Amino acid sequence: MRVTVRLFARLRDLAGSGELVREVANPATVESVWRSLVAEVPELRAYERTMSVAVNADYSKMSATVSDGDEVAFLPPVSGG
Amino acid sequence: MAAVAVTAARLDLQALIDEVSRSSTAEGAVASFLGLVREENQGRRVSFLEYEAYEPLAVRALQLIVDEAREAWADTRVGVHHRIGRLELGEASIVIVAVSPHRAHAFAACRYTIERVKQIVPIWKHEHFEGGDVWLEGATANPDDEAARDAARRIACA
Repeated sequence: MRVTVRLFARLRDLAGSGELVREVANPATVESVWRSLVAEVPELRAYERTMSVAVNADYSKMSATVSDGDEVAFLPPVSGG
Repeated sequence: MAAVAVTAARLDLQALIDEVSRSSTAEGAVASFLGLVREENQGRRVSFLEYEAYEPLAVRALQLIVDEAREAWADTRVGVHHRIGRLELGEASIVIVAVSPHRAHAFAACRYTIERVKQIVPIWKHEHFEGGDVWLEGATANPDDEAARDAARRIACA
């Protein structure tokens, strides 16, 4: 199945793109999507303990199930204001 | 514009006051906060900032904060607009308005809102300074973190 990965700020810079479409094995979780992404871009691993994740623009967890067509976002620590 | 927004347009304090306090003469207090792009940060001479957002989630997070403020100070309404894109020195990156019958709640809700924005809204500053650029990284965003929420409430009521 196919998911859209969204990356922001430094994560986007590290991956070279803010939006990636990837085929992932079913069943998938946010964590399994992250694992395959880190295999592609090892520098992302540094964010594993400080990032937040979202599924379809709602905060989620690494253990959450991901379905075909979902948008999975990985968010570095925020700095708005 | 709605009471909550993420926008590339220049922020307008009076427009947000009008939006939040419309059709009511019950209020005795409006507290506002403007965050501006500062020329110095951690010893660096800032040239300009670029703000990036995960827009749909940022709007949801701002709405959550406004709802939290309403829950904490029931007579108070809050509006917040955050700007994105390139901002020059002195320009406003965020405007917050809290409208209430009484000043104590207006000040508290306003302060609470900016503290929560810095905790949970998916927006990032890309600082361009003399000699380089850096992504600023603050809090790990987790809207369910009760300790963070309590900390924001304590600061608001200090």
